[in-house]
Amino acid sequence: MVTGLLFVLAAAAPFMLAPYELNLLGRFLALSLTAMGLVILWGEAGVLSLGQGVFFGLGGYAIAMHLKLASLSGGDTMPDFMVWSGLHALPGWWGPFSNPLVAIAAVVLAPALVAAVFAWLMFRRRIGGVYFALITQALALAFATLLISQQAYTGGFNGLTDFKSLFGVRWSKPGVTHVLYWITLALVFGALIAGKFLLSSRFGKVLRATRDGANRVRFLGYDPAPYKIIAFILAASLAGLSGALFTLHAGVISPALVGVVPSIEMVIWAALGGRTSLAGAIAGTLLVNFAKDKISTVLPTFWLYVLGALFIVAVTAAPKGLAGLTSDLGLRAILKRMRKTGASEP
Amino acid sequence: MSDPLLSLKALTVEFDGFKALNQLELSLSTGSLTSVIGPNGAGKSTMCDAIIGRVRPSAGTVVFRGEEISRLPEHTIVSKGICRKFQTPGVLAALSVLDNVAIASGDRRWWRAFGRKVDARIKLKVDETLELIGLQDRRDALAGELSHGEKQWLELGMVVATGCELLLLDEPTAGMGASETRRTAEIICGLAGVRTVLVIDHDIDFVEQLGGHVVVMHQGAVFTEGLLSEVRNNEAVASIYLGRRRA
Repeated sequence: MVTGLLFVLAAAAPFMLAPYELNLLGRFLALSLTAMGLVILWGEAGVLSLGQGVFFGLGGYAIAMHLKLASLSGGDTMPDFMVWSGLHALPGWWGPFSNPLVAIAAVVLAPALVAAVFAWLMFRRRIGGVYFALITQALALAFATLLISQQAYTGGFNGLTDFKSLFGVRWSKPGVTHVLYWITLALVFGALIAGKFLLSSRFGKVLRATRDGANRVRFLGYDPAPYKIIAFILAASLAGLSGALFTLHAGVISPALVGVVPSIEMVIWAALGGRTSLAGAIAGTLLVNFAKDKISTVLPTFWLYVLGALFIVAVTAAPKGLAGLTSDLGLRAILKRMRKTGASEP
Repeated sequence: MSDPLLSLKALTVEFDGFKALNQLELSLSTGSLTSVIGPNGAGKSTMCDAIIGRVRPSAGTVVFRGEEISRLPEHTIVSKGICRKFQTPGVLAALSVLDNVAIASGDRRWWRAFGRKVDARIKLKVDETLELIGLQDRRDALAGELSHGEKQWLELGMVVATGCELLLLDEPTAGMGASETRRTAEIICGLAGVRTVLVIDHDIDFVEQLGGHVVVMHQGAVFTEGLLSEVRNNEAVASIYLGRRRA
């Protein structure tokens, strides 16, 4: 009911917000897909990844490569940065991305494939906890470094930007922002419904069971590895989609958006929203990013302190995040508490 | 006589040179109920660990239904038909009592886990299990909110619900009062004959209520075995419990 109302309100946002704010809202909604992936992976499966930026980046770069090729003017055969870097022809692996369908498929499939291989190597050997988190962080660092160092192929530090057309429509045309926003909103809402469905299935229950007692699950005859691998692939696919949508809204993807620091920020969105709540992940992402926008325009250096403080407060005072606060204040929780005390009386 | 369901042959488990199990020999026949007693550190729990693959033996074999299983992954051993209840109850705290039993009795293959429809056969099995352990009225409670005794029963129920033929029950009455213990003994006696059960416990009254065969372990090997009355009157058994050297 509340979800439905919020959805209608959000769908009407293009008619109520200024273009700049609408663009921000679209961007942040796109980011919330990454946070939802973390709810599945970290909140439910108990696997903390500090490398979601990698998958975000794979999705973002996949769509950006297409946009870059689609923006080539007249006689050009390759993007300008390749010419400046001394390349003479478009690298072969860039070629397929001139087809928009290939690029859209790659947005989800590239992160999913990388995640599948990585997760299989990790979980089959029962690597978890802090070790897993550190390895994913190293992965994010390596990925950002690779992007910067391969300037001729990736645009280097500046990343990919300056897109002129979007699937045949001029970027600057009015209405593009609206349509992009609605697509993003629909995908976020779809992910929310699908995620709730998944987490209430037996798959979700086994994931939660694995988080709380991997050994008990194992000695009940389950192999936890495939469950964790699937959770990791899902989180990576959502991050890829998130990265692609973000790139469309922001008009840029660069190493600064995919490295170690952004990857940690992604975890903070989920932590603040409540790491076991998909809706909380959306709320957390919007809250943190709007706060970041407001605070960092006034006091640019101050933002990181605020972020750190928010994280500490969330972890110590409200481990279930925003979602935990609302459900603690909710009627259901009060009734449950009353019933419990009633039941304990003779 | 038919082949035993499970036999441990010269089973040895070492921790940094210390032999927790030392050339242990034991066999269980199908449908039997066996109680294992022995002083702390005798290797009772380690024996369970070795059977279910939690620790790997440095020598010897674990043969279940004629197949050597001591090198198999843990979940494969369960699929062969062995399930174990731990000393500290290992229930899935974040799930309801019902879900705990449902996960224990459900299909383990991950690609079958996405549906929401519950198989009628599994539903029946879950209901029967809840009835067996007397937790029908608590089915919607979170397992983490149960009392200690209820948790013990729930885990017992989960182990039974797996449908495994051999059940290893490590101190199923730890932390229970007298009436709860009696109820637990009734449940386990009801299982005997249908399943093969191996119980580890310190509580001699409980072992008496179970009846059946008693195995005394000491220093990682079987010290003696027989009926409880025989074991009880054995002076050497009394001396290992009291820590005296055998005269």
